[in-house]
Amino acid sequence: MNDDAMRDEWYPVGLFSQLDRGGRETTLMGAPIKVALDANGAAKVTGEDGRVLPVSVRYGHIWSSLGEPRKPVFPIPEADQPGRRFVDVGVVRVRCSPLRAVENFLDIAHFPFVHTDILGSEPHTEVEDYKVEIREEEDEVWATQVKFYQPQAAKSASGGITTEYMYRVPAPTCSVLYKTCPPRPGEWDVIALFVQPLAEDLCDVWPWMALFDDETPLTDLIHFQQTIFLQDRSILENQIPRLLPLDPGMEIPTRADLTSVAYRRWLKRHNYTYGAQLVAQ
Amino acid sequence: MRLYDYVLSPSCYKVRLMAALSGVKLEIRPVDFHPGAEHRGPELMALNPGGSIPILEDGDLILTESSAMLGYLAAKAAPAWLGSGAPEETARIQQWLSFSHRLTASLGGARLHEMLLRPGDIGALQANGIAALRELEAGLFEQKMRGNRFLACDRPTIADIACFPYVALAPDGGVSLDPYPTIRLWSRALRSLDNFIEMPGIHRLHELKPEPRPCPDEA
Repeated sequence: MNDDAMRDEWYPVGLFSQLDRGGRETTLMGAPIKVALDANGAAKVTGEDGRVLPVSVRYGHIWSSLGEPRKPVFPIPEADQPGRRFVDVGVVRVRCSPLRAVENFLDIAHFPFVHTDILGSEPHTEVEDYKVEIREEEDEVWATQVKFYQPQAAKSASGGITTEYMYRVPAPTCSVLYKTCPPRPGEWDVIALFVQPLAEDLCDVWPWMALFDDETPLTDLIHFQQTIFLQDRSILENQIPRLLPLDPGMEIPTRADLTSVAYRRWLKRHNYTYGAQLVAQ
Repeated sequence: MRLYDYVLSPSCYKVRLMAALSGVKLEIRPVDFHPGAEHRGPELMALNPGGSIPILEDGDLILTESSAMLGYLAAKAAPAWLGSGAPEETARIQQWLSFSHRLTASLGGARLHEMLLRPGDIGALQANGIAALRELEAGLFEQKMRGNRFLACDRPTIADIACFPYVALAPDGGVSLDPYPTIRLWSRALRSLDNFIEMPGIHRLHELKPEPRPCPDEA
């Protein structure tokens, strides 16, 4: 019953650039699915019983759903902005709740300790006040005016800078972050985390980027993002409890966790509970 | 000296680590192993028909086996890492260098399966990895009884560098290191070496807090 709200959402199920007629077999929320190209070169997703599932191709990835999505895949307007480079970072499997993968992406307090000398460093550990809201019209979680000192904020950064971030959660297992773009002040680099829920405690994570950076070779951009994400992976696999607790009795958040608090509240409001723990155990 | 490198590859990390420990500067040529499979493309297949990375290029010399790269870096810049030359020590170094391939095949295979969705029999990979870890734990414990902190003698050699990365990253493939206290001490000793470098999944040692002691008032 509880999964119903999330069944009607879109999820990434593969990279379009790597898809062929043979296709790939994968899993979506416990159900085996097959993702392949059809005779006309269009993406096709089928369920176990041969049922044809909804398909959309956006941001380099194929999206599908077990239910009936009421809206198209959420918009990322920067994906249509000229001059950006789009980077398919590739899949990484993580033995954790899909919701935990998103929550970790929203957290900045761990930067100095997990991404040491890249996204943060001691003693610059303070998270300054920032703003968080649930935007009713778009139905998204937003965190703005997030600032953090970073030794190497991006592949294109040469030395420490104070980076500004904005985060948004437009879908239960997706997050998009906007951060200061070192070569082009005034614009934002876009880094997205698209999470495919395989089970409540297992997910495939598909990071994707839309950057202003004409100089750095593509492979270096991929390796930079994979380095960051693989530093997170070992932490994510050791979080307890494995499911994301939505019961406020379970943990004591601090001011730095405001985005996470809003994300959990938003999940609860929509009954997005696949991968969540509802009652503290 | 140019290293064809993938930042998440433990075998490439062996070479980067050895170079850092022996003070050799490498020219890094990043290879799009995942998702691009560039190591199977024409340019790299011409260099290494085996289709694997790392590849180390130094003038006419092209190496495709990481153990040979460790030996080359040490011979060139830090010969102490090759051991003293005593027969037993030399034998132990060769023994563990060869053994390191079992770690790559088992723990490395499990990691690729669990992390990057490569095909494989995960149960068998993990079981073989656990068998290898148990052997390593026993080997290190026997060394400890002989008064040696490392695999071949009381100082680290290329054998330790060959075995360390896949062991340290075993949890990435779903294999816990909790049952192996001697391996954890050995890992700690390696991570505390001067000029040690980390890779994703292998964290640096954090400073230990000062020894707790009673407050002067309570004493």
